[in-house]
Amino acid sequence: MATKLKTPAGLDRRKVVAALLADRGDALVVTGLGSPTYDTYAAGDHDLNFYLWGGMGGAAMVGLGLALAQPKRRVLVITGDGEMLMGLGSLATIAVDAPKNLAIAVIDNGHYGETGMQRAHTGRGVDITGMAQAAGFKSSTTVRSMADLNEWLTTFHRKPGPVFGDIKVSAAPAPMALPLRDGTAIRHRFRAALLGTDALK
Amino acid sequence: MQTDQQTRATVWPDQIFDVFKETGITQVAYVPDAGHAKLINRCQDEKSMHTVSLTTEEEGVAMLAGSWMGGAKGVLLMQSSGVGNCINMLSMFQECRLPLLMLVTMRGVWGEFNPWQVPMGGSTASALTGAGVIVHSAERAEDIRDTVYASTLLAFQTCRPVAVLIQQRVIGFKNWSK
Repeated sequence: MATKLKTPAGLDRRKVVAALLADRGDALVVTGLGSPTYDTYAAGDHDLNFYLWGGMGGAAMVGLGLALAQPKRRVLVITGDGEMLMGLGSLATIAVDAPKNLAIAVIDNGHYGETGMQRAHTGRGVDITGMAQAAGFKSSTTVRSMADLNEWLTTFHRKPGPVFGDIKVSAAPAPMALPLRDGTAIRHRFRAALLGTDALK
Repeated sequence: MQTDQQTRATVWPDQIFDVFKETGITQVAYVPDAGHAKLINRCQDEKSMHTVSLTTEEEGVAMLAGSWMGGAKGVLLMQSSGVGNCINMLSMFQECRLPLLMLVTMRGVWGEFNPWQVPMGGSTASALTGAGVIVHSAERAEDIRDTVYASTLLAFQTCRPVAVLIQQRVIGFKNWSK
């Protein structure tokens, strides 16, 4: 049976991601495939965005590897609820490793937006904030309003990690916004910006 | 007194560790495996290395993409049964031309006791090859050091995913009587 979408309620995902990145400073950003990649691009293209278009379930772990390699930089992972659900074990791995500079924001519309808007477990009562908390994240928060979000931004950018936030957004589709998708181009651009052009030799 | 064969059987984890040191490997992601136990311990005791215990091998694949994007070199230690878990995550390495070093201890191919290890052991090399990973195999203890060294160079000098299969014959029989 097709899932009937309720009247879209909740936060505008584009406004949420724009707010998450408005004061990104020198942070490194990893985006989960699908809408979070598009949302991040729509908030402003940046050389230090590692846009993932695949590897579903891996965004948080890409963030961990980056955070370990660059312990002085804040690493922000912006991903979807379906993507995070596919890598739930990584919440345990990250909590145990406890990188202070890693923060994960899940843009949670409770659905699989790329594949026909099927409901995800998050839209059926599964509480991933609770899972991250139980795994041992230093901070784990569910964000339901722009006021909550504004309050959480300091935690996302500055509180010792690992930080986790599940941001409940509307399931309404956002306008098309597609960033660079050639993987080698994305990695060249990112590494040159982070490590200098010598990294391309 | 140890025989030559016993000596060879115990030094290869130390030789791999030395290759890691020499080539600047600083991140070691692993899913525990008896064949890698000594190497994991040595890496955990080494200040220049950071070890990360995984819940599943694909986490390590994704992690090492981030490591290299951030300018660090890492390695994934795992058993052949975990190779199947990695396949889709490996697409990131092919699409982005990222280097990856995987050291895979084999099960299910030589003197195996557990029949459930046989299917994945039999398809490990072809699964990796099919996923775009270059596969090297170390059949004898005395081959391991050079094979790991050459694979590390290949991976990081040419930005390609490379796996070394450490064959079960090297690891020896698992004693099921105790």
